[in-house]
Amino acid sequence: MELDIVDLSRLQFALTALYHFLFVPLTLGLSIMLAIMETVYVMTDRPIWRQMTKFWGVLFGINFVVGVATGIVMEFQFGMNWSYYSHYVGDIFGAPLAIEGLMAFFLEATFVGLFFFGWDKMSKRGHLTATWAVAIGSNLSALWILIANGWMQNPVGSAFNFDTMRMEVTDFAAVLFNPVAQAKFVHTVSAGYVTAAVFVLGVSAWYLLKGRHIALAKRSMAVAASFGLASALSVVVLGDESGYLSTEHQKMKLAAIEAMWHTEPAPAAFTVVGIPDQEDRETHYAVHIPWVMGLIGTRSINTEIPGIEELVELAKVRIRQGITAFDALQQIRSLPPGDPVPGNLRKTFEDNGHELGYALLLKRYVDDPRNASEEEITKAAWDTVPGVLPLFWTFRIMVGLGFFFILLMGVFFVLSAQHTLEKRRWLLWVAVFSIPLPWIAAESGWFVAEFGRQPWIIEGVLPTAAAVSDLGAGTVLMTIIGFVLIYTTLFIIEMGLMVAAIRKGPDPEEEPESPAISSHVVPAE
Amino acid sequence: MILHDLISYDVLRLIWWGLLGILLIGFAVTDGFDLGTGTLLPFVARNDLERRVVINSVGPVWEGNQVWLILGGGAIFAAWPPLYAVSFSGFYLAMFAILFALILRPVGFKYRSKRESPTWRRNWDWALFIGSFVPALIFGVAVGNVLQGVPFRFNSDLRIFYDGTFFGLLNPFALLCGLVSVSMLIMHGGAWLVLKTQGDVRERARNYGSIAAIATIALFVLAGAYIWAFVDGYRIVGSIDPVGPSNPLVKSVEMGEGIWLGNYGTYPWMMAAPILGIVAAFLAFILLRIRLEGLTVIVSGLSIVGIISTVGASMFPFILPSSLMPKASLTVWDASSSHLTLFIMLVVTAIFVPIILVYTAWVYRVLWGKVDEDEISGGKSHAY
Repeated sequence: MELDIVDLSRLQFALTALYHFLFVPLTLGLSIMLAIMETVYVMTDRPIWRQMTKFWGVLFGINFVVGVATGIVMEFQFGMNWSYYSHYVGDIFGAPLAIEGLMAFFLEATFVGLFFFGWDKMSKRGHLTATWAVAIGSNLSALWILIANGWMQNPVGSAFNFDTMRMEVTDFAAVLFNPVAQAKFVHTVSAGYVTAAVFVLGVSAWYLLKGRHIALAKRSMAVAASFGLASALSVVVLGDESGYLSTEHQKMKLAAIEAMWHTEPAPAAFTVVGIPDQEDRETHYAVHIPWVMGLIGTRSINTEIPGIEELVELAKVRIRQGITAFDALQQIRSLPPGDPVPGNLRKTFEDNGHELGYALLLKRYVDDPRNASEEEITKAAWDTVPGVLPLFWTFRIMVGLGFFFILLMGVFFVLSAQHTLEKRRWLLWVAVFSIPLPWIAAESGWFVAEFGRQPWIIEGVLPTAAAVSDLGAGTVLMTIIGFVLIYTTLFIIEMGLMVAAIRKGPDPEEEPESPAISSHVVPAE
Repeated sequence: MILHDLISYDVLRLIWWGLLGILLIGFAVTDGFDLGTGTLLPFVARNDLERRVVINSVGPVWEGNQVWLILGGGAIFAAWPPLYAVSFSGFYLAMFAILFALILRPVGFKYRSKRESPTWRRNWDWALFIGSFVPALIFGVAVGNVLQGVPFRFNSDLRIFYDGTFFGLLNPFALLCGLVSVSMLIMHGGAWLVLKTQGDVRERARNYGSIAAIATIALFVLAGAYIWAFVDGYRIVGSIDPVGPSNPLVKSVEMGEGIWLGNYGTYPWMMAAPILGIVAAFLAFILLRIRLEGLTVIVSGLSIVGIISTVGASMFPFILPSSLMPKASLTVWDASSSHLTLFIMLVVTAIFVPIILVYTAWVYRVLWGKVDEDEISGGKSHAY
């Protein structure tokens, strides 16, 4: 298989983003859980809560640092591998990234040092402030990143400027309050909370199974189950909101996720399982539930959801409109410098400029989109369909896991209130083996959002293929190998330290009441 | 939108040019002593306890310091998108090397003392050294290349093409600038260690720091002479509209000897920058020798301020000259974000930077004092 620079750059970004996103969700959730535990400590003055904060804090630290190290890579890569993208949308996209640094990351990174080093150097309340600052900082960080990402999915508040040949901001408030960004933010941080809750629940369950650190494990479990139940519910509800917004803003993504090849009479059926076939444009062995898709997607019984083929027809219209815009742009640029732009030309561009991106889809087939043949327009229109099979399945994995987390957290919430946990050892094992699942769900979610956006890097504005830097394929291949090597090494080391820290358990000098409580529990071995 | 017209476009561009400098200086001064400390690690600390003392001297603060770099990256992206696009893609492999180093460093701080094994710790010590020395060198090398001009061009769509190679970056003048950067950060790191440590470590840091202060002066003067004798500067020919659209292709530029020193003739007050760089480095040397520890790190920081400001002042209004297509050079007047974005970002910066400075100062005050060997060997309160 021949990989070109676009494929390689996408591969590198996907690898580094998916890897970074192994560490982020746990940071988001665990920072909040640490702050909750320490708040209980400051309010009740019971040392066990301090021990819990410190113990989970050690695991937080091991995870956090890799998130920080790999986050820098993300910020640099836009410029390194996607330089035309950086030029084209930096005026809008750069601002949230910079504000993230100013408002969020500074807070998080400055106070994380105090969290670890400040226990004996400041008052209890002072330290609690530092812990909350870390939690708020990391969550605000996610807000700004998702405002940036939300704009890639739904590019509001901006327009193309032909003097500078790039998109420029026209309404910053629209970028900020982009409904897609807001829905994504709450969905993503909730997913992070679930990740941390499942992690704490699973590790605590393992301690109960081994009969170790009972006091710490039980209390941690209670925190995890209640925090996790609320988060698991919110992740599904807000995920549904994201989906609903896609009906409005990213129709093609939704149609691909649902493998809706044709528009169906409203309300459309939901395909539970099946094998979508991109070439035949149908889904084999499909199992449908009538009405459900229409109800979720439109929240009504009489609104149609457009299918893939109809959206492709629509894309052809938009491509033609894009060609008109492209033509006007070329005429404007061929005017001698300093000459005023004639009114009719300006109007043509303003009327059609929002579809300029669709003309750029043709660049894959012709140098000048104005010379595109009917056949090439059809091909470019079909390029707007992302890979249906992988989207269909990753989405179902994510949603299935989302419902499983509600069940898991619900069961543990009830049981930890009834103090009957130790008797149900198989359930504890379920919690232990559930630890990897939130990561699978989170990475699937990333895949659905970003792979589902293809072929666009910015929906409807700039095709991914046009956005790359002018680099040699060999150079990018080399850095991919470099990243894979260092990331794999780092992953092995990180997992080793995590497992070692979990085996070691909390600092015994900090463990105030363990012997008394654990004496009535039969050890596992 | 009327609000952003309160400040005219050219003034905003000038302010953001200044802020770009402040961010780079903020990074070099705060993260600079971490990089210097990491570079000195194998030389000033000879056994495990000493090494832990050195690492813990920056342990609680390196993370916050590194945010200056992340913020710098974000601010360049937001305020100077063409600069971000050209420099990050043009210096692709150098950027990768920096990333590699900056991945090793945080992990090294955090993970090194999690295991007793001497091999484990020795490997992480090397990772920390490389993770500190390599960025210190490459940042200087990058500045050296910027001063000479970088081989890039735009096509009419403003798509960027870059004709250089990684090894092309390693030319004699760029390496000289790399050495200026390394020696200035070692001076700064030495001053930090003298403040934060005791005993043998402090004495070794004092020696390395004072040698580095003298080396900084010598190398900085040498780099200035090299520019005067061998490096072509860039100059805008004809007029450029300071409130015009950010399109670098609408001006003409010429190259020539001695142009980079021309600003000092036009604006003699700019001489303050190189003078500060030299005088402060010399003062740092004196203070290190007469043991006025509290002041040294401030003075060495001032020297960094002077040296970095010298680069900005010499090149103004150029930010990133192109040796391949001089008219494509990026300048203050044609490489910024839009008027509205610059205004919004200025408002956000004006609100948050004071807040950041207040809490950062508070954190440094809480952590004030020497790193205590007994505390580390007792293993109670320190994480590293």
